[in-house]
Amino acid sequence: MSRASKAVRVGATPSKASSAVILVVAGLAFLYPLYALARFAFQPVGQHSGFTLDHLKALTDPIRAYQYDQLWTGIENSLVIAVITVALMLVFLLPAMILAELRFRSVRRVIEFVCLLPISIPTVVLAVGFVPVYQRVWDITGAVPWVLSFGIGIITLPYAFRPIAANIAGIDMVTLNEASRSLGAGWLQTVWHVILPNLRRGMLSAGLLTVSVVLGEFTIAQFLQQNTFQTGLALLEHADPYVASTFALAALLFVFLILVVFGALGAGRRSRKAS
Amino acid sequence: MTATASAAVGRAAGAGAAKPRRRSAGLLGFAPFAAYTLVFMAVPTVLAVWSGLTTQSGAFTLENFHAFAQPGIQKAFVNSLVLSLAVAVAASVLGAILCVALLAARPDGFLRVVVDAASSVLAQFGGVMLAFAFIATIGSAGMFTLWMKDAFGFDINSLAPDKTAGPLLYQATGLFFPYLYFSIPLMVIVFMPAVEGLRAQWGEAVATLGGNRAQYWWHVGMPVLAPSFFGSLILIFAGAFSSFATAAALTNAGILVPVVMQQYLGSETDASVAHIPGVLAIGMLAVMAVVMALYSVLQRRAARWQR
Repeated sequence: MSRASKAVRVGATPSKASSAVILVVAGLAFLYPLYALARFAFQPVGQHSGFTLDHLKALTDPIRAYQYDQLWTGIENSLVIAVITVALMLVFLLPAMILAELRFRSVRRVIEFVCLLPISIPTVVLAVGFVPVYQRVWDITGAVPWVLSFGIGIITLPYAFRPIAANIAGIDMVTLNEASRSLGAGWLQTVWHVILPNLRRGMLSAGLLTVSVVLGEFTIAQFLQQNTFQTGLALLEHADPYVASTFALAALLFVFLILVVFGALGAGRRSRKAS
Repeated sequence: MTATASAAVGRAAGAGAAKPRRRSAGLLGFAPFAAYTLVFMAVPTVLAVWSGLTTQSGAFTLENFHAFAQPGIQKAFVNSLVLSLAVAVAASVLGAILCVALLAARPDGFLRVVVDAASSVLAQFGGVMLAFAFIATIGSAGMFTLWMKDAFGFDINSLAPDKTAGPLLYQATGLFFPYLYFSIPLMVIVFMPAVEGLRAQWGEAVATLGGNRAQYWWHVGMPVLAPSFFGSLILIFAGAFSSFATAAALTNAGILVPVVMQQYLGSETDASVAHIPGVLAIGMLAVMAVVMALYSVLQRRAARWQR
């Protein structure tokens, strides 16, 4: 009897107790630096303990406003870049993936290869190449930050590709297409009313990951000497490390919470389907 | 059948001829994606490489590779390679342990949702912000640094190999900790699918044969996971090797290749070093090519178990 109940436990899954110990230790180890960051962000100047909200008052102080100008512009730029990058994904990547799935299935491998390529090209290498490319681009558009979307869009390709590809693999798009076409729908109607609604989850997930990569992007902006959220933070770290830390913490928390909410929705849907 | 079919096609010559033309017209649908990736991925990569292979006037040369003889650049490559390798080994082992521990949690439970979200944030979003967190932790007035001093009278900065280069965190050795902090979550993301692919039946089979847990891991778990594990290790290496933000936010001195690249790029006034970022780009791509070739070999072996 006891042998049998013991034997069931052989396998990869560790006992509840040992996995709880590992997860708690890991959780604490990962929270410690964030806790240190939070402590620092609200410490009185020059002290190593205590709590104050004075640093945040500086944000509204007109005399010190110039210090934060760059950060506010950076945040604004990053948000604009994020919106445009998501739009680029919808305009360039999504139609190509749908077309490949429906009509040119041999192209799917090519698209996958191209989308995963940025993992093996270091961003700094791309950034070195972006310098001459953007000299040309900026001749046309002027040195405006939103054009960075095109470059940043490339490094978000792997993150955008995976959720959409997983979504496509989960539905039978060819059958959906044939069913819709045989009911007399044109291709535009089919894509708009049948295909896209079925890809909503993949698109949303891809969009979220794209936004989080854009908001965290530092390398390309730094190489091209543009002002984004991350370069603004890095600059502010010298002038006012307290406020810089507060913003860093807030951004980490914000993106984390968005991913948790979205992940919980996705998990809920999965388990409902399973049951 | 085929004869009548081809005859039918022959009769409807108009439609038959239109078909292939419409098919090639359909291929034009890939034009925007192709043009975009060509201009913003292929062209920049080629330009970066080309700038390392040409002289000031644009003629082809291999002279630029003399840059690799500079002690500063050699040091940066050694630092980058050693740091990435150390981080890859440590993060993949620790991350793998975490993945196995996570098997005990329900796959669609809240804990997994939180871990997945936290992993994405730390692995893909952190960069500069993680640098701040580590300044507050093991910087010269960091929480951990001060606590070690108070509690044990031990200065962690005395561990720094180069005493003249300031606090530990701003040296290649110190970067190990923040790099580990974003690499372990990356390991969880890339290795978790493989761990979840371990079938319960294999455990049952081992149990039926009278094996215990250690035997299960030694004869089944580890051999099955080995290709994915080393594949993930390589991805961690690649991630650490090409990472720029954390190092750039922490150090001013060019101790890693990406930071050195940016410094030379910044000094546009000095034409004699204009080719150096390009040469370093070639060096980085060479390392990545070797690493990715290894990865694809391992991935093929791993795929056997993931059907």
